[in-house]
Amino acid sequence: MSVAEAPAGSTVGSAAGSGPVDRPGPAVRVLPTARPGRRVSSRLLRSELGMVFRRRRNQMALVVLAGVPVLIGVAVRLAAPGAGEGPAFLSDITENGVFLAFASLVVVLPLFLPLAISVVAGDAVSGEAQLGTLRYLLTVPVGRARLLAVKYAALVAFCLAATVLVAAVGAVLGAILFPTGAATLLSGTQISMVAVLGRLGLVALYVAACMAAVGAIGLFVSTLTETPVAAMATTATLAVVSQVLDSVPQLHAIHSYLFSHYWLQFGDLLRDPVSTEGVVQGLLVSAVYVAIFGSLAWARFTSKDVSS
Amino acid sequence: MTTSTAEVWSRSEAGSTPSTVDAAVVTRGLTKRFRGGQLAVNGIDLVVPWGGVYGFLGPNGSGKTTTIRMLVGLIAATRGEVELLGRPMPRHAGAVLPRVGALIEGPAFHPYLSGWANLARLDAADRIAEPATSAARIDAALDRVGLLAAKRKKYRAYSLGMRQRLAIAAALLQPRDLLILDEPTNGLDPQGTREVRSLIEGLAADGTTVLLSSHLLSEVEQVCTHVGVMHVGRLVSQGSLAELQAMAVPTIRVETSQPELAAATCARLGLSDVERHGSGVTAALGSAEPEAVCAALVRAGVPVRGFAVASADLEDVFVQLTGEGFDVSG
Repeated sequence: MSVAEAPAGSTVGSAAGSGPVDRPGPAVRVLPTARPGRRVSSRLLRSELGMVFRRRRNQMALVVLAGVPVLIGVAVRLAAPGAGEGPAFLSDITENGVFLAFASLVVVLPLFLPLAISVVAGDAVSGEAQLGTLRYLLTVPVGRARLLAVKYAALVAFCLAATVLVAAVGAVLGAILFPTGAATLLSGTQISMVAVLGRLGLVALYVAACMAAVGAIGLFVSTLTETPVAAMATTATLAVVSQVLDSVPQLHAIHSYLFSHYWLQFGDLLRDPVSTEGVVQGLLVSAVYVAIFGSLAWARFTSKDVSS
Repeated sequence: MTTSTAEVWSRSEAGSTPSTVDAAVVTRGLTKRFRGGQLAVNGIDLVVPWGGVYGFLGPNGSGKTTTIRMLVGLIAATRGEVELLGRPMPRHAGAVLPRVGALIEGPAFHPYLSGWANLARLDAADRIAEPATSAARIDAALDRVGLLAAKRKKYRAYSLGMRQRLAIAAALLQPRDLLILDEPTNGLDPQGTREVRSLIEGLAADGTTVLLSSHLLSEVEQVCTHVGVMHVGRLVSQGSLAELQAMAVPTIRVETSQPELAAATCARLGLSDVERHGSGVTAALGSAEPEAVCAALVRAGVPVRGFAVASADLEDVFVQLTGEGFDVSG
């Protein structure tokens, strides 16, 4: 007699069969307001850029990066002229302040810059998953491919902002602390100040393009976990591993496939005429990494169960 | 609600395959087996009629949230089909979900953004939202849940009740045809619970279909037109509230100095669940008339000191369907 003894799954009766509810039925299924169709809008991208650049942690990363040229500039200014060796371009700073920008980029490239990108990239998807905001974004709805594209676009913007910031702070501070004017390039030729700033812009773009590959790797790793810190650490570790492998001569065969291999190739842009071979190689490798890890991130994210 | 929008809508519907059941939410054999092999949802056939308020009941862990996640396409079904607002999901998520407001497994927002900024982000993500009226829309949604005064406060400073309200506000950013509310009154004080209930009643009166999940029957009983009960991944019961109420079996209670005799008489009359409690005897009345039972007891020589009929209790039906105790289902 007990209801609980009824076979599981038995129903009291179909809800639909129990007669129409005393409310608007199928015939009056109308939308409360007329709705315009989908539109192409940059609102989500702008929102995402705001999330990335207003986040205190990311701002601190940019401050640390901007601190590098300050540190180098002040150190070189205070040190005795011609004191010892150092990273590339360091000894050129006292002759032309603009080289502070190049020296700073050389210093941030191995660790600081990839680390900052790893933090932002690793957080991209896993951070939203951990907070649970991902499920609300997806039910808005935001298509998963679209969300990934917007996340990556904001990531590339951060790469660009980070490199341009280091270059700009280096150039401005270099102009304040050291002499400026025509600069002697690595090839020995002299070019004007304006031309050298143009070269600096190209270098910043090239470095940002290299970092975009780190960003793509980080974005993929970020789709694998709901723990942002794990994604950040993994991405940063991969950047370090790539450079370690690059420094082992016995592994020469794989060097040109490593995403960090061509990073310092930006020096080629400071020759006259510009030697493009290495830079093009670097851009190519970066593009391949972006394509591969972008596809992996897409494949993973669009098929993933969002249960956070 | 103009005629023109109705026409637009019916035209856009023309292309979709007609379903056998026309309802706001229909699932057929919906099943989710997680990678660990655990069967979270086991072949359920959910039917939420248009314009109804459907109480989706079940203990914690019975598969309600997993079902809801499948409805909106957050997780893929292992087997079975989902139709939301007449269209298959998740294939038509882009067209269906803008008309669906959802609160899934509690609120989730960015802690360092204000309540207002959090809604602004969701609004910005909505491709069909009119950018020019964004601020007015967000204010209206916050006002509807009584959060307007706290709109500039950071989300992490919100109490659980305020967070819950913010999540409801997010679901109300746009006019919706279907609201899916997963435990919407969780963490709300009695006042807040009442407010949410009247909010749901108001929305339902405007024709919005509501799917309301809860582990508390008492919470949904007053607003629901239909009820579905989940137990260990199965939909053990589904129907209108009246149908569920009809399942509730009234019981009789006899106070007497001779409980053995009373119990024996009840058993002879064919009553089930006969139990002795000190000087009293209870039994399920079934189809028997209470007057006839009382007369039979007296005829049998039972000194009846008291005779009471306990009316149908929906809570008991719910417990009968889902089992008692504190164990979460598995």
